[in-house]
Amino acid sequence: MKRKLGDWWALLRPGDVLVVLAGLMVCGLAVRSLWQGGAPDGAVVRAGGRVVAEVDLGRERLIEVPGPLGVTVIEIQPGRARVASDPGPRQYCVRQGWLTQAGAVAICAPNEVSLSLTGRSANYDSLNY
Amino acid sequence: MTPSTIELTPTPEDRRIARHAAAAIVLTVAEAAIPLPLPGVKPGLANIVTLVVLARWGWREAVWVSLLRVLAGSLLLGQFLAPGFFLSLSGAVASLLVLGIAVRLPKRWFGPVSQSILAAFAHIGAQLVVARLWLVPHDGVFYLLPVFALAAVVFGLVNGLIAARLLRELGARSSKGGASATGEDVEK
Repeated sequence: MKRKLGDWWALLRPGDVLVVLAGLMVCGLAVRSLWQGGAPDGAVVRAGGRVVAEVDLGRERLIEVPGPLGVTVIEIQPGRARVASDPGPRQYCVRQGWLTQAGAVAICAPNEVSLSLTGRSANYDSLNY
Repeated sequence: MTPSTIELTPTPEDRRIARHAAAAIVLTVAEAAIPLPLPGVKPGLANIVTLVVLARWGWREAVWVSLLRVLAGSLLLGQFLAPGFFLSLSGAVASLLVLGIAVRLPKRWFGPVSQSILAAFAHIGAQLVVARLWLVPHDGVFYLLPVFALAAVVFGLVNGLIAARLLRELGARSSKGGASATGEDVEK
């Protein structure tokens, strides 16, 4: 069996291997560009119903949002965002962790702060955890 | 019976093309019996014959064999002038054009496998364009591109390897006249 496989392998020329690899790369690129609808490209932070920050997910940063109870800290990283800390009593929005899909929302109701991710081709209108 | 005024004398080349085309048609019909998960994803075994003809007898004969195969294959399967026929035809024409270029690549580096994969990509490319422009006027057809691309690589590789193997065996046996053996070998 092993010798048989080697037999087939001998039929490949160096350029053929390159063409196979290039073909697989085309597949990978096609998957990435056509099947990645859920990737977010921005985050919207609201406080008391008003948009206080609209950022892209390109670089890391911390956003401090004041609310009735205190300051909610939003952490942005490339491709994801989360509520890092919140003065609310139950910490639901903090415990949601990182949001990675377009349409995902974390709401800190007591402090009236919300974080939502936007994307060009979101698979969902909104996501709840 | 009055003798015909038109005398058609098939040249050896004509007979060779007919034999190769017959082998390709057999493969087309046999392949139609294989159930496939997605419409459009086919191994394209008949292209093995095209590759062999291309390597042994040149591009012109490969064009003849390929187009005859598309025509006669569609007649046998009842697909003639149906959408599937135009998809095969556009795919075959695009593959042949690419093969015409690929066959000029340095032989030392690029063998039948390269030609097969490049032709397979040309095939799906042309089919998707025709499907987008005419059959499914919606960008949704491109959603299947990754599937088709993967099929092109896999089946292109397999067909190319089989063609390379056949060429080696045919080359070892005799330098010419292995035409009838082609069909038999492929079917094994």
